[in-house]
Amino acid sequence: MGLTLSWLSIIILIPLAGLFLKSLELSPEQFWNILSSRRTLNALRVSFGLAFAAACVNLVMGSIIVWALVRYHFPGRRLFDAIVDVPFALPTAVAGVALTALFAEKGWLGAPLAAAGIKVAFTPVGIFVAMIFIGIPFVVRTVQPVLQDLDPEIEEAAGSLGASRWQTIIRVILPSLGPALLTGLALAFARAVGEYGSVIFIAGNLPNVSEIAPLLIVIRLSEFRYADATAIAVVMLIVSFVIIFAVNRLQRWAQSRIPAR
Amino acid sequence: MTMQIAESVSLSAPDARARAHAAAAQNNLRTEPRAVRITIIALAMTFLSVFVVLPLVVVFAQAFSKGILAYLAALADPEALSAIKLTLVVAAISVGLNLVFGLVAAWAIAKFEFRGKTFLITLIDLPFSVSPVISGLVFVLLFGAQGYFGSWLRDHDIQILFAVPGIALATTFVTFPFVARALIPLMQEQGTQEEEAAVSLGASGLQTFFRVTLPNIKWGVLYGVLLCNARAMGEFGAVSVVSGHIRGETNTMPLLVEILYNEYQFVAAFAIASLLAMLALITLIAKTVLERHLDEGHDRRDH
Repeated sequence: MGLTLSWLSIIILIPLAGLFLKSLELSPEQFWNILSSRRTLNALRVSFGLAFAAACVNLVMGSIIVWALVRYHFPGRRLFDAIVDVPFALPTAVAGVALTALFAEKGWLGAPLAAAGIKVAFTPVGIFVAMIFIGIPFVVRTVQPVLQDLDPEIEEAAGSLGASRWQTIIRVILPSLGPALLTGLALAFARAVGEYGSVIFIAGNLPNVSEIAPLLIVIRLSEFRYADATAIAVVMLIVSFVIIFAVNRLQRWAQSRIPAR
Repeated sequence: MTMQIAESVSLSAPDARARAHAAAAQNNLRTEPRAVRITIIALAMTFLSVFVVLPLVVVFAQAFSKGILAYLAALADPEALSAIKLTLVVAAISVGLNLVFGLVAAWAIAKFEFRGKTFLITLIDLPFSVSPVISGLVFVLLFGAQGYFGSWLRDHDIQILFAVPGIALATTFVTFPFVARALIPLMQEQGTQEEEAAVSLGASGLQTFFRVTLPNIKWGVLYGVLLCNARAMGEFGAVSVVSGHIRGETNTMPLLVEILYNEYQFVAAFAIASLLAMLALITLIAKTVLERHLDEGHDRRDH
């Protein structure tokens, strides 16, 4: 017990406390000035906005993937199941250069898209694509076990009582998956907001347009503007803390709702 | 399934037909029309192929685009070799530290009840959701020239930032949750009965741990170490902030990928990237094998 807490404080608490102490050195006015500067606001808007959009895409596509993996049998199902984890395991810098090569104007997918008038690499669309890539396992892996454990009898009951298949999915299955879907959405969002490695190569990094908040922190650090870096970091840290705390509460609530079998 | 078939064989013919009808009707209640099924499968496969498989293929295609000799030459470069060595050293340090901590933390959380448990778990999870850049930043604020310990470190001539200790610290921070997270559910499920029995039979605390607890969780430990190692070797954002990018000295493999890529040395960049991609693939295969072991352990306890 004591060892846990002391190790936890050395590695996690002291560094985080340092961050907050540093931000306290700023007067509220300075803090506000940094955060309300045009470049900071735009970076936060790009990071949070695109991360949310990507998380929503992941929620929809992740649900479809989970449904296919759990409910249907098709050739290569186990392989695709394993492939879902690639964005977890692939180092972000590798993902970054690979996605850039793929979506660059001469890339395998970039060329046909450019012919259609869509530019992906070095635009905000590129950031969006990278965020979708890194978020997909979060939705799939949180929803998959819940759908697997879903009692088939409930669905059969709904069906035999005259509900259409669509009604059964919307009224019976979706509510049972609710907490897991929300958790997956939150995790994918949290990951995408803070993502750095896989985004910076494809982003173009144009200030106010395609510059993400983590990159702005790095830029401020390299300019020795530590106060600016700290202020942006504190805002992002508070958001991620709230998300993770909410997810843990959500998990506990979901567990208490379903009696253990 | 086999049982159903065996049953229907032993039944008389009309009975069997009625049963088959009933079974088919039940199946219909739990599945969709063929067209919908095919659309969903096609959507899932296309999405995964475009977003996950293609980037992987691109890495290897680019790495070998100038032939195998150029690939091997890129890997034999002294800079590449020193990056590979540094990556291995850093991964060994942070996996070792987090293994010990993960065991202790999971033990405390799974076997004891105390106030603030959700808060503690949240703290452990935090590195998962904090931007890697922020993980690096906190160490710059602590140990940097203007940091809280900066002047003390300079007076004692200790180099943490822009050196191996800083990289190891940042990596440890980022990979903090893996072992603990893998073990907590496993240890919670096992409860405390076996340990209590061992202690009441006169085993010491350490004996109980090594003879009772550890054998029960060995696959979980391996699982956590595997994921921890993969992340440690691949970490980019946090390490990028604390490393200082000193060529041949503080560049890990992911950092070298970035530098080579920005210098338009694409073959070399993708050659290093291909090593990391292979690490990812091996990790995934090993993970699948370990998950099977974990499931077996699970089933054994259930019956």
